[in-house]
Amino acid sequence: MELTGKEFIAYRTARFFKDGDIVNLGIGMPTKCLDYLPEGVDVWIDSENGVVGLTGAPKEGEYADPNVVDAGGKTSVLRVGGACFDSFTSFGYIRGGHIDITVLGCYEVDGEGSLANWMIPGKAAAGMGGAMDLVSGSKTTIVMTNHTAKDGAFKIVDKTEMPLTGWRCVDYVVSELAVIHFTEAGAVLEEISNRTTIEEVVAKTGCKLIIPENVPYMEDIDVRMGYAKA
Amino acid sequence: MKSKVISVDEAIAKYCHTGMSILLPGFVNVGVAETLIDALLKTDITDLSVISNNTSVKGRGIGKLVHENKIKHITCSHIGNNVETCEKVVAGEINVTFVPQGSICEKVRAGGSGIGGILTPTGVHTPMQDGKQLLEWDDEQGKYRFVEPDEPQKGKRYILELPLHAEVAFIHAWKADKSGNCVFKHTSRNFNPVFANAADHVIVEAEEIVEVGELDPDQIITPFFIVDAVVQGKAIENS
Repeated sequence: MELTGKEFIAYRTARFFKDGDIVNLGIGMPTKCLDYLPEGVDVWIDSENGVVGLTGAPKEGEYADPNVVDAGGKTSVLRVGGACFDSFTSFGYIRGGHIDITVLGCYEVDGEGSLANWMIPGKAAAGMGGAMDLVSGSKTTIVMTNHTAKDGAFKIVDKTEMPLTGWRCVDYVVSELAVIHFTEAGAVLEEISNRTTIEEVVAKTGCKLIIPENVPYMEDIDVRMGYAKA
Repeated sequence: MKSKVISVDEAIAKYCHTGMSILLPGFVNVGVAETLIDALLKTDITDLSVISNNTSVKGRGIGKLVHENKIKHITCSHIGNNVETCEKVVAGEINVTFVPQGSICEKVRAGGSGIGGILTPTGVHTPMQDGKQLLEWDDEQGKYRFVEPDEPQKGKRYILELPLHAEVAFIHAWKADKSGNCVFKHTSRNFNPVFANAADHVIVEAEEIVEVGELDPDQIITPFFIVDAVVQGKAIENS
């Protein structure tokens, strides 16, 4: 079965995870990554409210302690070997570079890798929660997003005018069309989907892209990484 | 040791007043001192200045204070779980100051531990730096210097966040002994240990109150001398 849309983005994003990584997943689309872990890759889910080792909502009949909740406040199962800590310690781990990968969504990412995902000017904001801390301290920050907005507007822009969540903090954007790597030299088009072309990706991207000689297909990632095709 | 166990109504009458600042730990619905909040709601006490992470969900925990219009100002990181808080903020009925979740922790930690402020990279070049002092590490000089927001950044930059302190803290413990030693359970621990350290008066509601000596000293997170009163609380419900 060929994956599309959010499922495809989650599948590709999960290929950034290495076995044993400590991973913080934003609410919504990022949690889908867990459905597409490569075989042999087991990650530990960090939740900023003070726990590592959540596995998700209890399945029918499965016991979950009401004192264990995820970053959305929902009751969640804590796996054997998991650990709890207070919020102050949790954010020390986050800012201190102890979280391997943070995955979250965006309103906009710009060519410098600056992220806007918490406040739309002129609209009431619900608050940033832990996002600003997560993007300031995680070893790798990955944004999962549709390549453009529903009306076709750029989501990957040259310079965002929106209030930032973090400045020059994004390492990778994964969309249904491409993987973009934000480096010192600029935004590099590292991979494209075999359902698009470099020309289409460039046309749908608001910032300048560095195009390497070889831009492999996202769909071939399992072959390149030596994983059995999911 | 002298028992600090009193009734919940007695604790509210003794330590709480209209216009007070209050630290309310909890993450959405867990680790919230809901028994104390319920008791506070039976009184005329209002105009609270709240420091919390969020406002629970509608109708639960801190959400009850929102519903009854008891909150004048709130410092928190997120209100999205509670639609009623969002509505009241938009209507101008509650004044909100957003602070990143990790910065709330550090500001309150500073307030409780005699620290004059903290330097955090969180929020640099975002609206969180507005009106705050910024420091940048100068590698040549081997020291920090104050910088303006629009100066080109050359070294690692930090926001100087100031301490937070309150008159009262409502703490939710899993178990407390009669002298106030506390242990917490799983993610209900969250902000409780940090917030307990930064209030003039600390009231603990414990799901279970035990005799002095029953808790393992190595497991105690908040020690007795931080706590002013212990009241009987109730267990956390599923979220």
